[in-house]
Amino acid sequence: MRYSHASKAVVLSAALALTLSACGGGSNETAGGEGDGSYVVTANTTEPQNGLLPANTNEVGGGRVMDLIFTGLVSYDAKGAPVNELAESIETEDSQNYTIKLKAGHTFSDGSPVTAASFVDAWNFGAAAKNAQLNSYFFESIKGFDEVNKEGSKKEEMEGLKVVDDTTFTVELSQPESDFPLRLGYTAFMPLPEAAFEDPKAFGEKPIGNGPYTLTEWNHDVNLKLDVNESYDGPRKAANAGIDFKVYQSTDSAYSDLQSNNLDVLDQIPPSQLASYESDLGDRSVNSPYAGNATITIPGYLDHFKQDEEGNLRRAAISRAIDRQLIIDKVYQGGKVKADDFTAPVLEGYSADVPGSEVLDFDGAEAKKLWEQADEISKWESGDEFSVGYNVDGAGNKEYVEAVVNQLKSNLGINAVAQPFSSFKELREKVTSYKMTGAFRTGWQADYPSLYNFLGPLFGTGAGSNDGKYSSKEFDDKLAEGLSATDPAEGAKIFNEAQEILFKDLPAIPLWYQAVQGGWSENVDNVEFGWNGVPMYQQITGK
Amino acid sequence: MLSFTLKRIVQLIPVFIGATLLVYFLVFATPGNPIAALSGGKPMSPATEAALTAQYNLDKPFWVQYGLYLKNLVTLDLGTSFSGQEVRDLLARAFPVTARLAILALLIESVFGIIFGVIAGMRKGKLFDSTVLIASLLVIAVPTFVLGFLLQYVVGVKLEWAKPTVSGSATWGELILPALVLGLVSLAYVLRLTRTSIIENKTADYVRTATAKGLSRNRVVTVHILRNSLIPVVTYLGADLGALMGGAIVTEGIFNVPGVGHLLYQAIQKGETPTVVAVVGVLVIVFVIANLIVDMLYALLDPRIRYA
Amino acid sequence: MPENQNFNPEDGLPIRNTRAGKVSKYKIEHYVAPLEETPLQAVDSVKETGKPLSMWAEAWRSLRKQPLFIISTLLIIAVMVVAAFPQLFTSIDPTGNQACLLENSNEPARQGHIMGFNLQGCDIYARTIYGTRASLLVGVFTTLIVVLLGGAIGALAGYYGGWIDTILARLGDIFFALPLILGAIIVMQLPAFRENRSVWTVIITLAIFGWPQLARITRGAVIEARNADFVKASRALGLSKFSALVKHVIPNSLAPIIVVATVNLGVYIVAEATLSFLGVGLPPDVMSWGNDISSARTQLRNNPTMLMWPALFLSVTVLSFIMLGDAVRDALDPKARKGA
Repeated sequence: MRYSHASKAVVLSAALALTLSACGGGSNETAGGEGDGSYVVTANTTEPQNGLLPANTNEVGGGRVMDLIFTGLVSYDAKGAPVNELAESIETEDSQNYTIKLKAGHTFSDGSPVTAASFVDAWNFGAAAKNAQLNSYFFESIKGFDEVNKEGSKKEEMEGLKVVDDTTFTVELSQPESDFPLRLGYTAFMPLPEAAFEDPKAFGEKPIGNGPYTLTEWNHDVNLKLDVNESYDGPRKAANAGIDFKVYQSTDSAYSDLQSNNLDVLDQIPPSQLASYESDLGDRSVNSPYAGNATITIPGYLDHFKQDEEGNLRRAAISRAIDRQLIIDKVYQGGKVKADDFTAPVLEGYSADVPGSEVLDFDGAEAKKLWEQADEISKWESGDEFSVGYNVDGAGNKEYVEAVVNQLKSNLGINAVAQPFSSFKELREKVTSYKMTGAFRTGWQADYPSLYNFLGPLFGTGAGSNDGKYSSKEFDDKLAEGLSATDPAEGAKIFNEAQEILFKDLPAIPLWYQAVQGGWSENVDNVEFGWNGVPMYQQITGK
Repeated sequence: MLSFTLKRIVQLIPVFIGATLLVYFLVFATPGNPIAALSGGKPMSPATEAALTAQYNLDKPFWVQYGLYLKNLVTLDLGTSFSGQEVRDLLARAFPVTARLAILALLIESVFGIIFGVIAGMRKGKLFDSTVLIASLLVIAVPTFVLGFLLQYVVGVKLEWAKPTVSGSATWGELILPALVLGLVSLAYVLRLTRTSIIENKTADYVRTATAKGLSRNRVVTVHILRNSLIPVVTYLGADLGALMGGAIVTEGIFNVPGVGHLLYQAIQKGETPTVVAVVGVLVIVFVIANLIVDMLYALLDPRIRYA
Repeated sequence: MPENQNFNPEDGLPIRNTRAGKVSKYKIEHYVAPLEETPLQAVDSVKETGKPLSMWAEAWRSLRKQPLFIISTLLIIAVMVVAAFPQLFTSIDPTGNQACLLENSNEPARQGHIMGFNLQGCDIYARTIYGTRASLLVGVFTTLIVVLLGGAIGALAGYYGGWIDTILARLGDIFFALPLILGAIIVMQLPAFRENRSVWTVIITLAIFGWPQLARITRGAVIEARNADFVKASRALGLSKFSALVKHVIPNSLAPIIVVATVNLGVYIVAEATLSFLGVGLPPDVMSWGNDISSARTQLRNNPTMLMWPALFLSVTVLSFIMLGDAVRDALDPKARKGA
């Protein structure tokens, strides 16, 4: 039995410009093939957790629907390269002031035109505190966000956004951020028609979009029906006659439906079937990497793990005591890729050879040596316990955390335990209030395609997702330097230098890069999974 | 009888308040900030968090929260879920499905449980008795997720007699398989209760009297022994109804039934108090009514028991 | 039966008065036979010896000769020995630092490892042996508490009726409204339980939501038994109301209680599995059958032995308690003893 989906733990990944050609699996060549275009595809999903408003959709269930019924300035192809949708051009000279020009003549499905105001109003709506949109922090780079998104603020417009004419608007950021244009394919940056602001709640139930599909029916907890939007004219034109998203409580039940052809596309093979799905489905399955990683964070506020020499030695010892490849082989049946840095290989500027990254390679003897060196500074008593926390409502967490813990026991000879938390809510409460008594599982999925997205929000001093309370002036300076670099390659180089600092301090211990295992039925063809692990639904055809 | 029924209905009020208060408090006291968890580990701006916290009254002390809940309840406003839906609508969708599932399960477990129990009891110590004992052990020791998975795999995937999961409308026919899985453990209880009761009663004197009167064996078993053996079974079934309605998470998960168990589990995990309290509130009403029916059945089954 | 007419007019469930009509048929069935039959003899024997234990003593005399009783008792003793001294049955210490090596993941049985290995590369046999203690504790003690607490409350409610019944039964309804597992999830998350996780917090939590079920069963059985003629006879012979409850009503209500309690024992052990699976059960370093059974769920297809062995141990344990329960029930039932 699977209880909760990991839905809450899996946050919607956003844009990623990347070079996926080497890892796209065997699925690329199927794209663009001939097939039955009159077929309505059924696919699995989870119940969207909120009404379908761009700035309020932050999980996969709602995200995959939003990305099909809306289209923004750019979208991403299967390899993750940004493709202009509504944007004619996005221009900047200083990485701080952007001029965005729209293609004219596009409409929402209610016939109203998509204009510069559709974007500016939607972004202002998403940022304003009074609207309490979950994705509001996505707008924090825009000048004036702080005033709009202040507790009790009545202000509704950010001064950094200005409509120039129907097809042009400008964006002023509060500091130079060279990767801002890359974020614009994320759900939060979608435009909204006038109708949305009159009654956002009702709109969320029956959204009017401008994407390749329109939402025609939403039976809560049962299904969401998408019809082709004939007025859509862009790179993601539908090759099928619609998509029927079935809501599943568990991927196990979805897998049973897939096996008997009652479901056409399953985006996640359940852990219980990892060993057998390839023989069940044959060539109707794919193992596709996406831009995310799994890590273990050992907070710097724990005794013996402070940000000092002893702590660094112990964290390095733990990292070297984990045989990542063995866990990938045995627990994931090879379905992940061992991590060699803090980011993800699909990113522009990624390097597997950042100096210091050998600390991620398994070496039992070295691990033991490092641990003993730390013992000389301050003794780890035999009664001391090292725990690794995980939330049980994410499928597969238990299995890998237990495997890690067993390796720590056998390779370091310490008393290690896997500490279950009943829900993501409970784990995050302890983590964000810095009350953890041990290490815990963490992970990150890209919001947008930049190395920075894996570094700044996680390890910058005081950053929003800095769960381990890591703080390094040296690292912060490197980040700032990288952000203001105008040349992306130069920026990536500086970010990788920042990673060298992380490899010494190990504020988190990278385990592996994510990959998704998916499958499809005998009824469909041309199934390809995108850079973010989500199937490219619009390409799927009947057989 | 009427005043007895009326009294019970009136008792519903304190029971309802007691149950909702208890549950409201339990959920209130569990650690974890439900609003912070909505962001799924990504950052949430403090202003957004504050606005949402206020929107769901989570910034108020316990008694104020519960008071507001009761106040809204009077106007049939059960609050909203974190997904912005009316809890009333959530209940209206989930309860009919679960009611169908629970009724089917109750039917399956009572019909088969009683039939097998009677046979086992009449043939105590014989092969049939031992066989059903082993079968019930299997049902107890092998968890529902395994049995459910196996049944789904065999019937749904291999034999293709039925679809592996139920459709959104969850019709009676589609729910037979899930109801079988759901009712299996309870079936073991019913079976063993019936069996024991039959063994107790089959040597009773009125049975000898009835047999002596020349009544047929079938008539003795069905009318005399069974009727006098049913009180513990009926008691159990009454108590089980609520458990079937609220505790079917595993079965609902396997067959993808959009029912109350899943709703309740999700709400507990999210810390969504209004939903948890509303589900429990309905369950408590189901219990009190089920118990009322059971008590009335006592009088029907044993004429010596009567209600003022 | 003159006391029949005015028996307990104060309680909620008075006895059916003599009435004309078709109902009388039942009266005949109920009232004719018991007059000279065993229940009254039992009552007599109580009076003669004056020792309340005599019924139990008699039961014990017949019990110890029953093969069912002997087999089940031996099995239970065996399980208890395993629980108390697991190290006698395996040389492998599954808590050791080298106990689980991922290299052995899902390996089949081989010398020294008769049941093979689980996903984490731990020895299945050793884990099953060491898991006995926690599982048995949870099963037995939860059942005991539920029987004592639920039984007492149900007996009082059913026997006295009236407002006592109202209060106790409705109290049960309040606790029963939260399904066992879901209620347990919430309670186990409370800081007091969360910070002190042990076998005992699991037992207490399961008992909190488990007692109303047994209370209802007991109440039903007591309502039925309190109207029996031998109870009325014993009252007529001068036994106090409470003594009649303890000496006659409860012993004659035990059958359904025993049945439900013995099945519950297995169900609680499995419930612990579900709780542990949900991260709110036993502390992570405590082994249990339930824990292993729930870990097996992702490996059903590639390593079914992970499920088989703990489930088999669980079955045998439940079987022995069910058999013991059957034997005890038979022994307590004088009719069955005579008739069998």
